[in-house]
Amino acid sequence: MSGLEVLFAALAVLAAAAGMLAVTGTRVVHCALWLVVCLGALSGVYLVLGAEVVALVQLLVYVGAVVVLVIFALMLTRAPVEPSDRLDGPPCQRLAAGAAGISVGGLLAGTLIYALGGRTVQVQGDQGSAQTVGKAVFSGWLLPFELLSVLLLAALVAAIAVSRNAGR
Amino acid sequence: MIHLLGPALLAAVLAGIGVYGILARRNAVLVLIGAELLLNAANVLLVTASALPAGGLAALGDGLARAQDPLIPGQVMAVFVITVAAAEIGVALAIVLLLFRTRGTVELSEVRELGESSPTYTESPETAVEKG
Repeated sequence: MSGLEVLFAALAVLAAAAGMLAVTGTRVVHCALWLVVCLGALSGVYLVLGAEVVALVQLLVYVGAVVVLVIFALMLTRAPVEPSDRLDGPPCQRLAAGAAGISVGGLLAGTLIYALGGRTVQVQGDQGSAQTVGKAVFSGWLLPFELLSVLLLAALVAAIAVSRNAGR
Repeated sequence: MIHLLGPALLAAVLAGIGVYGILARRNAVLVLIGAELLLNAANVLLVTASALPAGGLAALGDGLARAQDPLIPGQVMAVFVITVAAAEIGVALAIVLLLFRTRGTVELSEVRELGESSPTYTESPETAVEKG
């Protein structure tokens, strides 16, 4: 195994374990903080795969903004700080959810291993640099990029309009 | 050189965890955490695909093996997915806040007016009595 592979394996195991703890934990705040660990480890995974810009955007948007939003929502909905057994559904629902999760994961793993096989790739660091990604975004992806800004604006206005609780 | 088995397995595991989180959780905010993990599984796959020679097009023929896609679709779409996820979670958390203010709870099993009634599962003895 090369150094990159060892680094990747460590980050991937960290991300998977933190994600597992984020969906099984019994304290809501701990779940949100395990989500931070998981998303941060995934940002490292993107760096190992040579996608610098995606890693930075992941850190800025996910770890910086989305998780803060989640923690704010937990505080505003008076989520219990102490361990609570009302976060999960009844045992039969959890069992069914586990079966669904394992089957989705197994199906995806089987398909992807079949498709990608035992291939190895050379990571090209220059491909993920800000210059290349910027050129790509502002040449071929200009229309989707501008549409996304409109979508973000619409989502922002919608979030304010929904949470303003009009008419009451 | 990096083996592609790792990213593929990571994406599959994250997708499985995300599906479990969405289906098993009762708290609405924690369901959203599961959705985020699912979106990140898709992102891992997109970034992995962009690491393939010519963004995966090399499978079409040997001549393309050394070609580079100047649009790097995998990484650009990963950034787009992150943006859409940010918009999604903003609106979703606004809805959760509205739910909490009008109903005083964010437990999805308590909000059943729009769902089908289930004879096999009732939330508490009181609601079971009300429903007969």
